[in-house]
Amino acid sequence: MSEIVQSEPFVMNIGPQHPSTHGVFRVKATVDGERVVDAEMVLGYLHRSMEKLAEERTYTQNIPFTDRTDYLSSMSNNLGYCLAVEKLAGIEVPPRGQAIRVIMAELQRLASHCMGAGAFANDTGAWQTPIMWFMREREKILDIFEMTSGARLTCNYMRIGGVAFDLPDDFEEHVRALIGPLRETIADGEGLLSGNEIFLARARNVAVIPQELAVNASLSGPMLRGSGVAWDIRKADPYCGYEQYDFDIPIGYQGDAYDRFIVRLEEMRQSLRIVEQALEALPGGPHSTEVPLALRPPAGEAYARIESPRGELGYYLVSDEGPSPYRFHIRPPSLINLSVLKEMTVGGSIADAIVALGSIDIVVGEIDR
Amino acid sequence: MPTLVTDHWYDFRDLSNLSRVILEGIDKVAPYELAYIVAPIIGFVAAFVIFVLPSQLFVGVYGERRIIGRMQARKGPNRVGPFGLLQPVADALKLLQKEALTPTAADKTLMWAAPVFFVAPAVLLFAVIPFGPRMVFADVPAGLIFFIAVSGLPVLAAFIAGWSSNNKYSLFGAMRIVAMSISYEVPLVLVLLCVVVFTNTMSLPGIVEFQVDSNLWLIFMQPLAFVVYFIAVSAELNRTPTDIAEAESEIVAGYLTEYSGMKWGLFYGMDIGYALAAAAFASTIFLGGWSMWGLEQWVPPWLLFIAKTHLFYFVFIWTRGTLPRLRIDQLMGFAWKFLLPLAVFNLFLVSLERLWWNESDLGGGIVFIIMAINIPASAIAVYLWARFLGYKPERIPTRPRLVREAGGYVPVEDPAAGGQ
Repeated sequence: MSEIVQSEPFVMNIGPQHPSTHGVFRVKATVDGERVVDAEMVLGYLHRSMEKLAEERTYTQNIPFTDRTDYLSSMSNNLGYCLAVEKLAGIEVPPRGQAIRVIMAELQRLASHCMGAGAFANDTGAWQTPIMWFMREREKILDIFEMTSGARLTCNYMRIGGVAFDLPDDFEEHVRALIGPLRETIADGEGLLSGNEIFLARARNVAVIPQELAVNASLSGPMLRGSGVAWDIRKADPYCGYEQYDFDIPIGYQGDAYDRFIVRLEEMRQSLRIVEQALEALPGGPHSTEVPLALRPPAGEAYARIESPRGELGYYLVSDEGPSPYRFHIRPPSLINLSVLKEMTVGGSIADAIVALGSIDIVVGEIDR
Repeated sequence: MPTLVTDHWYDFRDLSNLSRVILEGIDKVAPYELAYIVAPIIGFVAAFVIFVLPSQLFVGVYGERRIIGRMQARKGPNRVGPFGLLQPVADALKLLQKEALTPTAADKTLMWAAPVFFVAPAVLLFAVIPFGPRMVFADVPAGLIFFIAVSGLPVLAAFIAGWSSNNKYSLFGAMRIVAMSISYEVPLVLVLLCVVVFTNTMSLPGIVEFQVDSNLWLIFMQPLAFVVYFIAVSAELNRTPTDIAEAESEIVAGYLTEYSGMKWGLFYGMDIGYALAAAAFASTIFLGGWSMWGLEQWVPPWLLFIAKTHLFYFVFIWTRGTLPRLRIDQLMGFAWKFLLPLAVFNLFLVSLERLWWNESDLGGGIVFIIMAINIPASAIAVYLWARFLGYKPERIPTRPRLVREAGGYVPVEDPAAGGQ
């Protein structure tokens, strides 16, 4: 600023009630005109004390809690938690149960990325159109969840030792009917946005995370892959038999918001590939093993991690041979991905800060728990 | 040019006959001056009832929501009345019932005054627009200047709204709209100056007459002016991709953040009014107004004019439904670095052509030669100026790279060659 025009920074609250904070989340942004000079996160508006509550309930009773952490990907949360308990108690899951889990987790990834990519487009100002297209497909996935588990958002479908119910008869037909239109919608979203000059101007070279920062900040999921780091728990530490499916890891070029967006779209394509393969080779047999309702795992601790739509979702459990976990801890990918928000936003404009926040694809229920 | 219309009152190609007959009737029974008082009222009410109000309600509110609904894979309003046609009425009733909150810290007088300041110019704008051959409410010799001047007023109202709300988001919106308006007024006025130089008149009916006489619309004679006008006016109107003053995802609702109830409704309704006025203005200037190469003999000219206006308005809706929003610095840079030089270039070109036209003896056919020159010249000018500014259409990878196995960082060898 010149010496004639004096300007001084002031604090602007972005959130907790703001169209683009994706939940009850607040950024105390210090702005100098349109430029963000400092950004401080204020968390905890959605804190429900889930980790403490879980210590009072049995292992099976805790599954519905995990639905409500990342409420856009309840199947993945169920899966991560059940894997941790199974690791703790040494329970084997039958092959059919594992295949169903993979299908559900990938469908959940599709549903979540539909929301993530659409909301990101909304944040760049593409007013409602891409998000509505993606939501249409997401509704179909949620319909499939409903016919399988009885619920659309908080499915509560996975159980310790398998899944709650076997698949309905017309499941495969419905999923196959979904794949074609979803591919088209991904291509449509890509056609509308990926080559769009305005979208490129808004998303390219904005909120860049270099790979050193991405690794040092322990980012995961599309945030990490967008920076060009090939890391996917499904490949690096396979669970549920992911090693038998053929898929690729999409990685970005320079770690900007645009890279994260195209990585998400490509992940959706890869998920569709996995779903097709899993449907093709769906084994018979039981969908679950018998597990006592009041499960008392041997004393010890276990950490299980999965690749949730947002990144590495880990569950850490400590057992003291009681019916409920002694310690229940969640490693939420959203919270850790959010930790670089300041690095992403400071120096840019307010509009860039919104794009940066949208490209993280946070779910506040998971951050605050 | 054959006479367009007759003087019979039942000739609906020219509605001014009807009002003249009514006025003559009044003149017979009432004192002489009364007709002069009644005339503006009748003209204004007619213009409003025939054009502005239905357009605003049923095209601006209902049509926009319906069209955008189709674009967004949903139905849009379809509950109130047949096909949801009464939705605007329901909306207006709802807004009237809602409480118009005023924050404690706001400047109450100004906050209540801003919607009024915003409404009045929108109504005035239609005064100089020719709806048909003789159907212009006020045939001002400098109607173009009037239009530019009056269409600059709502920015002041928006700034008052943003300032008086005493809210940081509102203040951001107010500053943005002022900055943007100042930037985009310059190329806008320059391209309208091109039109004035070329047509030799500032009266809007005169510009339409010019296009009728030369049998060619100005959009073909001055494509560059049209493009610059369209971009600049959509920025002025705060429509996507340039709606940064109300950018919902960034500053909630910009200068409207603290407004509710009918106070907000006035802003919303008159935003549509301004968009319609700009569309009407553009179709008058660039699309030949009410003329359509002789078709106006058979179809009422005012109907053609309304159709053109709504076609233009549809483009506004279309861009809103598809394009993302630009950042403020990109928007400002675009106005000053791109639109302004192109407008100056166009003014230079058009002035030369006008000079040539005055000197030459080619007659009316010269406009076709000018069209043949201007269309490629505009394209070349845009391309060269973009190259001069360093814009190279590079091939940006729209697909990420794919790797088979998890590992560490995969360096980018050649970003342009990557992807698929």
